[in-house]
Amino acid sequence: MAETKKNYQIPEEDIFLSGHAACPGCGEALAVRYVVNTMGEDTIAVVPPSCIAIISGPQPYSSMKIPVYQTTLEASAASAAGIKRALIRQGKGDTNVLALAGDGGTYDIGFQALSGAAERNEDIVYVCLDNEGYMNTGAQKSGASPHLVYTAFTPGGKPTTKKNIPEIMASHGIPYVATATTGFPDDLARKVAKARDMKGGLRFIVVLTPCLAGWGVKDNEGVKVSRLAVDTGLWPLYEVENGVKYTINRGPQGIPVSEYLKTQGRYKHLTPEMIEQIQRETDEAWELLQARASCVAEVAGAAR
Amino acid sequence: MSAVKTERPTVDPELLAERRMLLKGNHAVSYGVMRCRPEVIAMYPITPQTPIVEKIADLQLSGELDAEIMTAESEHSAMSACITASLTGVRVFTATASQGLFLMHEMLHYASGARVPIVMACVNRTLGSPWGFWPDQTDTLAQRDTGWIQIYTESGQESLDTIIMAYKVAEQCLLPAIVAHEAFYVSHALEPVTVPSQENVDAYLPPFNPIHRLDTGLKESWGNVINQEMFYRHRKDMDASMMTVPGLLQAADEEYAARFGRGYGGVLEKYRCEDADIAIVGFGAMCGTAREAVDKMRAAGEKVGLVKIRLYRPFPIGAVQEAVAGIPRLVVMERNYSPGAGGFLHQELKAALYGMADPPLVHGYLAGVGGVNVSDDRMVELTHKALAEQPVPESIWV
Ligand SMILES: Cc1ncc(C[n+]2csc(CCOP(=O)(O)OP(=O)(O)O)c2C)c(N)n1
Ligand code: SF4
Ligand SMILES: [Mg+2]
Repeated sequence: MAETKKNYQIPEEDIFLSGHAACPGCGEALAVRYVVNTMGEDTIAVVPPSCIAIISGPQPYSSMKIPVYQTTLEASAASAAGIKRALIRQGKGDTNVLALAGDGGTYDIGFQALSGAAERNEDIVYVCLDNEGYMNTGAQKSGASPHLVYTAFTPGGKPTTKKNIPEIMASHGIPYVATATTGFPDDLARKVAKARDMKGGLRFIVVLTPCLAGWGVKDNEGVKVSRLAVDTGLWPLYEVENGVKYTINRGPQGIPVSEYLKTQGRYKHLTPEMIEQIQRETDEAWELLQARASCVAEVAGAAR
Repeated sequence: MSAVKTERPTVDPELLAERRMLLKGNHAVSYGVMRCRPEVIAMYPITPQTPIVEKIADLQLSGELDAEIMTAESEHSAMSACITASLTGVRVFTATASQGLFLMHEMLHYASGARVPIVMACVNRTLGSPWGFWPDQTDTLAQRDTGWIQIYTESGQESLDTIIMAYKVAEQCLLPAIVAHEAFYVSHALEPVTVPSQENVDAYLPPFNPIHRLDTGLKESWGNVINQEMFYRHRKDMDASMMTVPGLLQAADEEYAARFGRGYGGVLEKYRCEDADIAIVGFGAMCGTAREAVDKMRAAGEKVGLVKIRLYRPFPIGAVQEAVAGIPRLVVMERNYSPGAGGFLHQELKAALYGMADPPLVHGYLAGVGGVNVSDDRMVELTHKALAEQPVPESIWV
């Protein structure tokens, strides 16, 4: 397992600008910075309703020095595909098309369009900024909200678990799927560059982006929370190529999930039994990921 | 810099020449679309639209049509992709019907707001529930407030020609356009159709090359949050463009007639209305039958005419007032129904006559809802009924 560097240096183009409208310390804004600054100037972005849309706008201003098309909540992948198809016809197929969507716009209402685009293997980079809920509308539950979490729609704690979107996307057999988070920006930027340079086919990156307001996290603790998500095993960093080639970049570092949960207001109602249950589920998921990675590698190797 | 790809695959010159073919109404649309050289076509199947897009796939395979085809996973995505492809600066096409059109609804507003001149063929079919596959125009008519131009046609030839005109009009006013014909009566009926030559269509329809587009060189964006005043200005601007449509369609039709020898009267057509005591008003396939009914009644010495409406959105109020001035009675026969409001055309027509010095009486008959057959004899009967009774404000089930 590769240790991710702590003193990082990320080559960035000056595309995402300061002065945008995100809450101070917002994880989504931090992710947008590394994503668009890595994608580069020859990129057209598609953004659905989400905090990202607020961060992008408002008219006549733009926080990004690239064309941004704001689409509807469920249409990001299809909108991005339409741009790419037109660019191909114009002989500008090298221009990158980037969808920047929230978890609600990806796991839930936009999933049909995303799955369709993955099946057609549209030549786009799709980045999901996962803050585990509908934050723009006030922190309601989405399919990305974790088990037992408080949201405005699940005031007693969410009774079901988080969808496993990286595995769902990997099972489409697309060229690239990766998880990332803002606390490991060099890993994030590397993955975006890799996706960008692959060219051809749908490349999907899901970035865990702490939402301070929605998670009940202190303004200056977003990055710490993001790193804890990885180091407790709740958000392993890994890549899957063509649905079969797994690379695990960083998994749990022996820190109990309680260390992560206690940093956030949205978990303050948890009982010791509930925390125990989340620990169990996290351990199991990590085992399963490792097993899947080695098993898929074996089967793929045998088939070769 | 031209945004349009110039090299094209070589096609047998005979296929590029004017051709006389026996075609279903839907296939006539496909050939019309082919001649307009769209660059991106997004498609999703629904009866009775499927022959349009299946033929397009065949034409692409044979090399006659050179475009990116996106087989979307839904009509919603098909329309979403059409919007962005058009915003990127290329000509696009899609087709749908009924439930598919309704799934697109959100994106129809989005398209007109983005001022993209998409042309979409719609095959009018009943809406569930309950399920049906019958000709009924309620599907497109219920999209009347989405900011799309709507033109209704009665034959495959008219649909083919109107698709070409629709691109011309839409790309001038930067608004999307629906060309609608009815399920089966038109969509699946075979008729001899003239497919104009590629050269002639190229001369009629210039390449689409918008100044504003999604382009990393231009760095223009679209869709950002705006304030109330900007929204007001945007809609006011859209309205101004909408209001140019009747004139643009009239001109497009006249130029088409001069170049191709076929015209349809532009926004509407008057048939044998001289000295008429009453005129049937309708749109779509029922007008074909109405012509027969008018001929029969004229042969019997009755003064009856037909006003066929082609442009429904925007409703050509001026042309309609002018067309019906002096006709004492109008009888609208419809194949659509808006619960609580009656026939769409009946409503529209009554409103359009407001302010006329001596407006005609207007009868509204829900004659063909759900695709029930309205024969020429039935139309004669209904015309006689109208002549014998006083009109009421509501549309009547006959
Ligand atoms: C069809 C539709 N339904 C609902 C909305 C309202 N809406 C706007 S933003 C948003 C939240 C999106 O959540 P997510 O995708 O997770 O992005 P976030 O705000 O968390 O960044 C919702 C539900 C909408 N714009 N469109
Ligand atoms: S609500 Fe959350 S995601 Fe949205 S801008 Fe604020 S911190 Fe960022
Ligand atoms: Mg979210």
